[in-house]
Amino acid sequence: MFLAKGAEATIELIDGMVIKNRIPKSYRLKALDQIIRKQRTKMEARIISESRRRGVPTPIIFDIENCKITMEYINGPKIKDILTPGLSNNIGTVVGRLHFEGIIHGDLTTSNMILYDDRIYMIDFGLAFFERSVEARGVDVHVLFRTFESTHDEYEILIENFKKGYRGIFPDAEAVLKRVEEIKGRGRYA
Amino acid sequence: MINSAKDKGIVPSDLDAIAFSQGPGMGPCLRTVATAARAISLSLDIPLIGVNHCIAHIEVGRWKTGAEDPVVLYVSGANSQVLAYRNGKYRVFGETLDIGIGNALDKFARGVGLQHPGGPKVEELSKKATSFIQLPYVVKGMDFSFSGLSTAAAAALKDHSLEDVCFSFQETAFAILVEVTERAVAHTGSEEVLLGGGVGANKRLREMLKTMCGDRGIRFYVPDHRFMGDNGSMIAYLGLLMFENNTITPVEESYIRPDYRPDDVIVTWR
Repeated sequence: MFLAKGAEATIELIDGMVIKNRIPKSYRLKALDQIIRKQRTKMEARIISESRRRGVPTPIIFDIENCKITMEYINGPKIKDILTPGLSNNIGTVVGRLHFEGIIHGDLTTSNMILYDDRIYMIDFGLAFFERSVEARGVDVHVLFRTFESTHDEYEILIENFKKGYRGIFPDAEAVLKRVEEIKGRGRYA
Repeated sequence: MINSAKDKGIVPSDLDAIAFSQGPGMGPCLRTVATAARAISLSLDIPLIGVNHCIAHIEVGRWKTGAEDPVVLYVSGANSQVLAYRNGKYRVFGETLDIGIGNALDKFARGVGLQHPGGPKVEELSKKATSFIQLPYVVKGMDFSFSGLSTAAAAALKDHSLEDVCFSFQETAFAILVEVTERAVAHTGSEEVLLGGGVGANKRLREMLKTMCGDRGIRFYVPDHRFMGDNGSMIAYLGLLMFENNTITPVEESYIRPDYRPDDVIVTWR
């Protein structure tokens, strides 16, 4: 059963397991396409396992082959559909934990978070990487705030609550949140 | 402009309102037009309408192509944005974190001695390439960045031909833009993509977008060339939409906005 056809991969549920398959993009030059798909698959599997080991809820990885990852099925609603100020606080905690552990998700949207067993599971680490710079963390949070703004009403409250959760767990939160403001106004013509 | 209006037999009493670009853009240019628009508005006693340049690109594109609710890829010298309408505003889903694609191409082209504008020359040289060179492919969530690509491309010239570097630059930059556009399509569930802005003239970019839309089974729209790059019609047309919906700009609020963001605009005409 198809769970989703995302922008870069198909997500199938087979025998109770999720199979994420990075599909070739015919608009992209073949050489470039293969580099991107392979690199992202390898890095994603590695970071999903690493995050889980460090206390951030993510699916268990069962297998990796070529551009395909087989992993645990997290059966719950997407945060996108149920987001409340309270949940936004929890998102702050989870993202703070990731950043504390030196992991940048790279695509923090509310479609990439699932609520299961009262915990927020992070999925889709396709653009994730390891980095401890204020800049990388700032861009990560900036991307999430942009999702709040573009897809949720009353985003100011969501942002405020995120900050509470983020500050609560992550000692470097203040520097990152300050950088987010700077990124927002940077180099933008429009 | 006044002469051209006279030639067409347009008299001042034919004008219902006067629209001008309030931003974004370069201060001196915006200020010149804003001053003229204010003068016409006051002397003829007709409403003044300050429009957002980015949104004018979108609206003229929707008008000319019939696209209803598209994800918009707007690519020009200074701008590179992916936008879509939701709840009374055009939301920016993704955009460049540093320079626009047009500026990235121009910067690279100028550095290697090609004349302005660089985009068309890079496109031409790409056709003679023989191999692909890996360059930084920077997508950060829905946002992206081109300055590193531009620098790396210039550095790659030490070991590779100009044709190969131009080709690799284009392939990399456009793949980034198409990828983010596709992500916005997946996120919004939209069934249409609209291209706008001067860089939209690039045939390879169009081909890639067309392929992506074809693969997803959605429609791809490109307005005529004269409505793609900056044009007066788009300002007039958005001004008309706003006028019809009683969205006028009092003179005291008609100051120019060089950093005017499309998501600052409350859409009254949709």
